[in-house]
Amino acid sequence: MLNYIIRRLLYAIPILIGVNLITFTLFFVVNTPDDMARMQLGIKRVTPEAIDKWKQERGYDKPLMFNQAENGVAKFTRTVFFEKSIAMFAFRFGRADDGRDIAHEIKTRMFPSLAIALPVFLLGLGVYLVFALTMVFFRATYVDFWGVVLCVALMSISSLFYIIGGQFLISKLWHLVPISGYGQGLDIGKFLVLPVMIGVISGAGANTRWYRTIFLEEMGKDYVRTARAKGLPERIVLFRHVLRNALIPILTGAVVVIPLLFLGSLIAESFFGIPGLGSYTIDAIHSQDFAVVRAMVFLGSLLYIVGLIMTDISYTLVDPRVRLE
Amino acid sequence: MKAVSTEPQNKSPASPTESARVALPDDALQAPATTFGSPLSFLSVVEKFCNTLPVLLAVLVSACGGNPWNSPYPASDAEKNYLYSAFAERPKHLDPVQSYSSNEILFTAQIYEPPLQYHYLKRPYQLIPSAAANMPVVGYFDRNGVPVEDGSDAGQIAYTIYEISIKPGIRFQPHPAFARNERGEFLYHALTEQDLAGVYRLGDFHHTGFRELTAQDYVFQIKRLAHPKLHSPIFGLMSDYIVGLKEYAHTLQVAVEEQGGEYGKGPYLDLNSFPLEGAEAVDTHTYRVKIKGKYPQFMYWLAMPFFAPIPWEAERFYSQKGLAEKNITLDWYPVGTGPYMLTENDPNRVMILERNPNFHGENYPSEGMPEDMQAGLLRDAGKPLPFIDKVIYSRDKESIPRWNKFLQGYYDASAIGSDSFDQAVQMTGQGEATVTEAMRKQGIRLETAVATSTNYMGFNMLDPVVGGTGRHGRDAARKLRQAISIAVDYEEYVSIFANGRGIAAQGPIPPGIAGHREGEEGINPVVYDWVNGRPRRKPIEAARALLAEAGYPNGMDAKTGAPLVLFFDVTARSAEDKSGLDWMRKQFQKLNIQLVVRSTDYNRFQDKIRKGNAQIFEWGWNADYPDAENFLFLLYGPQRKVGSDGENAANYSDREYDWFFEQMKNMEDGSERQQIIDQMMAILRRDAPWLWGYHPKDYGLYHAWYSNVKPNRLSHNNIKYYRIDADLRKQKRGEWNTPVLGPVVLGLILLALGLVPAATVYRRRERSAGISSIESRQRPSRDPGTLGSDA
Repeated sequence: MLNYIIRRLLYAIPILIGVNLITFTLFFVVNTPDDMARMQLGIKRVTPEAIDKWKQERGYDKPLMFNQAENGVAKFTRTVFFEKSIAMFAFRFGRADDGRDIAHEIKTRMFPSLAIALPVFLLGLGVYLVFALTMVFFRATYVDFWGVVLCVALMSISSLFYIIGGQFLISKLWHLVPISGYGQGLDIGKFLVLPVMIGVISGAGANTRWYRTIFLEEMGKDYVRTARAKGLPERIVLFRHVLRNALIPILTGAVVVIPLLFLGSLIAESFFGIPGLGSYTIDAIHSQDFAVVRAMVFLGSLLYIVGLIMTDISYTLVDPRVRLE
Repeated sequence: MKAVSTEPQNKSPASPTESARVALPDDALQAPATTFGSPLSFLSVVEKFCNTLPVLLAVLVSACGGNPWNSPYPASDAEKNYLYSAFAERPKHLDPVQSYSSNEILFTAQIYEPPLQYHYLKRPYQLIPSAAANMPVVGYFDRNGVPVEDGSDAGQIAYTIYEISIKPGIRFQPHPAFARNERGEFLYHALTEQDLAGVYRLGDFHHTGFRELTAQDYVFQIKRLAHPKLHSPIFGLMSDYIVGLKEYAHTLQVAVEEQGGEYGKGPYLDLNSFPLEGAEAVDTHTYRVKIKGKYPQFMYWLAMPFFAPIPWEAERFYSQKGLAEKNITLDWYPVGTGPYMLTENDPNRVMILERNPNFHGENYPSEGMPEDMQAGLLRDAGKPLPFIDKVIYSRDKESIPRWNKFLQGYYDASAIGSDSFDQAVQMTGQGEATVTEAMRKQGIRLETAVATSTNYMGFNMLDPVVGGTGRHGRDAARKLRQAISIAVDYEEYVSIFANGRGIAAQGPIPPGIAGHREGEEGINPVVYDWVNGRPRRKPIEAARALLAEAGYPNGMDAKTGAPLVLFFDVTARSAEDKSGLDWMRKQFQKLNIQLVVRSTDYNRFQDKIRKGNAQIFEWGWNADYPDAENFLFLLYGPQRKVGSDGENAANYSDREYDWFFEQMKNMEDGSERQQIIDQMMAILRRDAPWLWGYHPKDYGLYHAWYSNVKPNRLSHNNIKYYRIDADLRKQKRGEWNTPVLGPVVLGLILLALGLVPAATVYRRRERSAGISSIESRQRPSRDPGTLGSDA
């Protein structure tokens, strides 16, 4: 298995280079280093000299991908792309355009993101599984029918609607929890209730339906019939046998997102005033801060790859027939 | 909790068919009991839950200390003399040498004290001393250093000296940069890696100190304007005026290169060892600034944080290795002498200003405008400032949560977004804006003021169609621009798209700025007639006549017969802005001109403007200071974007106008200057390089407990004047935020009731399975869906 993991990690390198290249190209198609300098230096009274100095200090005064003025390998290495990318692979994210240390920001903002994402993930997984199993238990009854209708309805609504609707109903109309904000220590509890609840509800439709489909597929298998044949009640059949056997497709969807929980949610964090990495990314996109955007995309890709490896490993844990070679 | 303790009831048989289950295994029997229970027992559980809910809620309420549940603040702060506000965008710079945005000056203006400030109540805006003991003494000198009388020909004046004396006894806020040990050595000026091990923010340095403010601190900051690593946005402008500043930047550049290292990461570059001719301390409390020629507007710059004092100790402290990596920089943790100091800087969540214990003291103004007395703005006259102990700015990026928190009383004031405008504001029969009945009931009041800014639509004068080439072509293009000026009805635009929050402009200078004229003499005669004591836009026929004279009768080119097509360059717009653009097309259609909208992203748009590739565009300007020069320079020839990279986006150039501008900019306010401004305005109105657009109005909503508020767009150090009635706020918050539990309880009951039939189905299914399995033992079945003995 160790060999397998090492091989997968090595595969990750070209993937990360590719992601970095695409991010770089897309970003600089829209923004030039001059635009970035103007964004940081302001609109009023900015002189061309100030822009040149800004670019020079941050290494944006070189050509983007190919340096005609240099010789040999330096044609590629003395470029913005190479110089900015190579440090990334050593996890040196550098400084944001406003001068602040990106690694420090990531460390600080990771926890608020996790404070929302982790409960949403765990609670959501539990709720969706229970709902899906309940619907399967009541298959071909009104519970199943209306459950599916509800799931489709929940899936069809934009997550923004849940946020705004939840804030309106729970916080504005019923005054039960704060509309937005974030605290320190135990004080954060009251700020988490609403975003966690909305996070769980907004994912309920799609996930419950997905799990229901997986369970229904399992229900037709021989071992289920055997379980019933030996007289086990439906509850035991579902929770002890079907659930375990349906874990592989569930793990495929669930484990892969675990590392990504650190990155938080772009929209929810903005609306709920959560100072996490999601809102950090959105801010960076708005302020055309390439250093931050690149760091976050790199981190996102890396965590996704880690998630996929974790998924593979989890297969071996839940299914003894699976071997990683 | 209580709902799961149902086992005793469920174990007893609940229906007459119970005997049929005897044949099933134990597992099957217990399943329904532990999972769902019988309908009857479930209802009793719901009933129990409903009975215990009020008790539970009472416990929760008491745990919250009487604080409303939805309060985002700790209960212990409910009665405190704190001001609560929000910020949407995190400030980029808090170093006064760099900070130029309104969201930054919101903080820096409360912390730093430049020598001058604006009078809080008087209008037009008036400069008064802040940290300065008196207004600066201004002396004019010729080339030989001989004093020249004020009012002499500006050409005679070679330089101007501003001598500024600061009040003695002013002290900096407590800060670790000043902390010393018993031997008088600085505690934190030689930090090692070990010292920084447990340091993550400024508060982790446990010792602080302070010292008296000196004139040298002001000189130090002026020198910082030229620091090659700091990028002061006003360096370019100031290096044209402050004697020797440009050369000083070069000297520092050489020194930095020799020394190496990044700014803020050491080694420390001691600016005190590099003298600057244009700024020098005369004694401990007096310094002089030497300006090239005459530049009366310099006085206004002295009221901005760019000219606030910075102690060298702070620069020395923050330049130490390892601090910048922890975001401990002067740009992040300011050091000032003002009424407030930044005690918490987490711009991702909250920024807190607290009363500076070393503040030298200042009193609330005793004079104001006649209406201020009636508005209660002079009730605190002569009382010591500041009134508020702490200002808590919470980060709320989205307008909807911000607005709702204001309505709940968790923010003390709010701007009005277009989404909430109708909910907040209504127009009276006389066209005056007032709060709606719902707002009035909450005690919310509206404060309005015309902003010192202008939003205009510019013509690129380098464009052959709208700018013209050759004498004849320029005349024709001028008439075309005049015709469009009449056709585009900005009164309608303000009414539809700005909710009436603005006034159609008669020229570039907004009301409240020296040089602006009210009434008939202030109207734009090209576009308006003065009828019944007010300006009236000329009829569209006048515009059509001008268009025909321009060579486009009925919107067709008289020579080629081709329809006239113009291009409107805008930044990428959302779907919401489509109506505004459609409206603009319709305005041009009045003249049968086709307007093509060219939408692009902001970067490309700026690029087009810089290169002069736009034809018609929208732009705006916020005043730096209340003087006509700050608006009229936007059309000054040498300020053209193309070629000069200045602020004249229309690339307008007129020799006569430029000559007048050069005269006017060096003159003191007065009738002579006003006459020149009037002539400049006449040239601009005739040439119409802009559609003058409109001057927006600021609308702000304030709760009843928030007083001493007078909107002021130019001075930003206003928090020291504000007052809060914390008791009233606490009472109102309690009244407005009582938890509504009915729907929640109802929802739970409905959910519970919905489970009852589900439980019934469950039982029936289990039972039917049991029966069928019993039956199937007796009668073997081939049906694969039925469990039976054939399995």
